[in-house]
Amino acid sequence: MSDQAMSSALLGSISPGRRLRNRIAMGSIWLCVLVAAVPLAFVITYLVQRGAGIVDLSFLTDDIPISSRLRGPGMGPAILGTLLTTGAATAMAVPLGVLAAVYLNEYGGKGRLAATIRFLSDVMAGVPSIVMGLFIYTVWVLRFGQTGFAGALALACLMLPIVIRSAETALQLVPSELREASAALGARTSRTILTVVLPAALPGVLSGALLAVARAAGETAPLLFTIGTVTSSNPQLFEGTNTALSAQIFVNARQPFEGAIDRAWGAALTLIVLVFVLTAVARLVARRFTVR
Amino acid sequence: MVLLILGLIAVATTRRAWPAFADEGMRFFTTTRWAPNAEVFGSLPFVYGTVVTAVIALVLAVPVSVGIALFLSDVAPRRLRRPVSSLVDLLAAIPSVVYGLWGVIVLAPWITGVYDRISDITSPVPVLSTLFAGPSTGRGLFTAGIILALMVTPIITSITREVFDTVPAMAKEAAYALGSTRWEMIRAAVFPHSRAGMIGAVMLGLGRAMGETIAAALVIGSSARITAQLFGSGDSMAAVIANEFGESGGLHRAALIGLGVELFALTILVNVIARVIIARGRRHA
Repeated sequence: MSDQAMSSALLGSISPGRRLRNRIAMGSIWLCVLVAAVPLAFVITYLVQRGAGIVDLSFLTDDIPISSRLRGPGMGPAILGTLLTTGAATAMAVPLGVLAAVYLNEYGGKGRLAATIRFLSDVMAGVPSIVMGLFIYTVWVLRFGQTGFAGALALACLMLPIVIRSAETALQLVPSELREASAALGARTSRTILTVVLPAALPGVLSGALLAVARAAGETAPLLFTIGTVTSSNPQLFEGTNTALSAQIFVNARQPFEGAIDRAWGAALTLIVLVFVLTAVARLVARRFTVR
Repeated sequence: MVLLILGLIAVATTRRAWPAFADEGMRFFTTTRWAPNAEVFGSLPFVYGTVVTAVIALVLAVPVSVGIALFLSDVAPRRLRRPVSSLVDLLAAIPSVVYGLWGVIVLAPWITGVYDRISDITSPVPVLSTLFAGPSTGRGLFTAGIILALMVTPIITSITREVFDTVPAMAKEAAYALGSTRWEMIRAAVFPHSRAGMIGAVMLGLGRAMGETIAAALVIGSSARITAQLFGSGDSMAAVIANEFGESGGLHRAALIGLGVELFALTILVNVIARVIIARGRRHA
């Protein structure tokens, strides 16, 4: 029986009032989906419309104009900065987060310590990103100055709880038979984890990590006080100030000048493409390797 | 490690903020005048702005999020489920600074007209006439609330959906068997089962909305005042830190870091409550 026929057969004896109320409720639920879709469509349309005319090869590689009044291209340093800081943050947060997840899932189990860590990492995920920025500013920047690395530290703090959570979920999905089989062959727990559990959980861990990277690449607030700004490329992580796409969007969006606004749109389009590519890769990885 | 970081955050930031706390004492938390030039720092306007924008965001986002979550768990035809859930993921994947950019350049100029019309309509009504008083520049508390609503919707949706998915199929089928319409089933089986989880999800959304910085900094209008005019400009804790930090020094900077400490404490509180509620709900389930 089709859905339609079934509901009419069942609804046959239902009073008009109840039927009407059901209609209204279902209608509002559909409406909710529309309400969320419309602004999203607007944001993306504007982004492509305003950004597409601006992004070209020289936009992606040239230096940023020294005065924000100037028109013309240039987000090269910001793209480099974003890749550099996000890369460094990933190099710090992912291994640490995976280690923490291994502890939580393989050693800690249901113990009190593990529960506490899990709880705190959830709470840490809720710490506003600007507070992370202030934190790195007070413990690092005041001593060592603004560098790309300081920004990377702030981003790493932000990524850590996300990586822990997703890696733990991935580890939980590894069937315990695998662990038992490995143990039965005489492998120690550490060896089992390295050669059996982690490879099996790799796709899940990877896709979680990529999502965290995508999140970090889009973050602005933690970078504001930690990396400073430059107008020409600075490939050094530990020396001198740097900049990032997100920070450039923020700075340029506050300018009244047309050239600056154009650059903000261009940078936004570049950033979004970067984030979407990362997200898409993450989903692909997750789907291709899903353990059934 | 995580514990260490959380502890370090609290200690390090508080130490840097100490000059401001020491100078202002309790007045830092209880007075409403923020005048960096006169070295007077009362943080209440920002707390007010933070709370108001977050509440506006939740009022807008919660019904929509719950609706989408219900759509995904119980209403949607099977083939629509995946596209709609990627739509929600997409909303989450857009960086906040991009929402801010769109908000300040596209939304704010457009919405001024809408605000003016609303304030024309409501001007004869006593309370509403203050709430919706014009004229507006388009940048203000309500605009910030709208942008924040867009940003918290994916969070609330994904958590409530998870909760809805844990409703036992048996309870749903029992409701249908008693002759319920779909809506009656949702009210009788889904909502009572998920109450704790939904409250937790809303609290998490609240935490996120309170801490959101960049989008708010761009559209909130930046004026340190407590006003009942929702369409007027205000400022939030996170936004003022982002906007003023660069050109601050000395006591002003310490006060901004102090604001950060206050915000940290507030969001931690909200998050802890949220997590406890969710965990308790899960145990009952």
